[in-house]
Amino acid sequence: MNELIYTVAFYIFAAITVAAAFGVVTKSNLVHSALLLALCFIGVSGLYVLLQADFLAAVQILIYNGAIAIVFVLGTMLTRRSSRHGTNDTEVNIPSRVVTLVSGLFVVVTLGVIATTPWHYSSGVIVEDTPSLLAQLILTDYMVVMEAAAVLLLAAMIGAIVLAKGVEE
Amino acid sequence: MLLDFGNVGMLLLVALVFPLLALGTAFFIRPRPRQHGIEKSLPYECGVDTVGETWVQFRASYFLYALVFVAFDIETVFLYLWAIKFQELGKFAFIEMFIFLNILLVGLGYAWKKGALEWK
Repeated sequence: MNELIYTVAFYIFAAITVAAAFGVVTKSNLVHSALLLALCFIGVSGLYVLLQADFLAAVQILIYNGAIAIVFVLGTMLTRRSSRHGTNDTEVNIPSRVVTLVSGLFVVVTLGVIATTPWHYSSGVIVEDTPSLLAQLILTDYMVVMEAAAVLLLAAMIGAIVLAKGVEE
Repeated sequence: MLLDFGNVGMLLLVALVFPLLALGTAFFIRPRPRQHGIEKSLPYECGVDTVGETWVQFRASYFLYALVFVAFDIETVFLYLWAIKFQELGKFAFIEMFIFLNILLVGLGYAWKKGALEWK
């Protein structure tokens, strides 16, 4: 019974993710695309939950939905278009043979790798309390990485200020 | 753990059904625009009609707030991890987080100095 619920949940989340991602590409309104992207992120976080990565799922919702999707929507608001319709048109893209070939090759290679990789189930035990384990690791073994993340965030923040100030002047 | 997330799933389901129910009910009981004239189908029946497009170009400086928000949003994740293990890790983690926050405070100071925090 549990196995069945797990499988059903997986297919529901996978369907939500793929359908939303498809909508992101095909919608002609950029704002709709951005909102569908948020739905896609929610689907991915559902998949994380099924993989027992509950903290990662929460972070996915917090950062990707709470921040990245907002930035996308705000970014579209900055453009000088009176109407949002046709902001994401794909009709003008002429199908190129080279692009089709390269992306087709990519799909074939990816599917080939997935099919030929011997997948193993992890022998590690399921961690019940992921956040505290992560905290232990980040604050002791990977402390340099955490400080590096701070520097990266600092660089991003200064870059944002420089860019926004440059536009204003 | 997955069973706990079943509750989250139930909440998601309710969150999905609730607006659908509200909008669906509104769809069935709302006045039909054709019967009552064009005035009834306006978003607001009273007040002043809007002039021009609703979608206007925002100023680029607003984007700055969004980007700074993203940086501090990511910071909260680290802060959360630190907060739940704070008492066990003790002084070492405290100094570590002190350095982490100070690096980010440099960014906030820079934003302040550049006048990015002023709402114009």
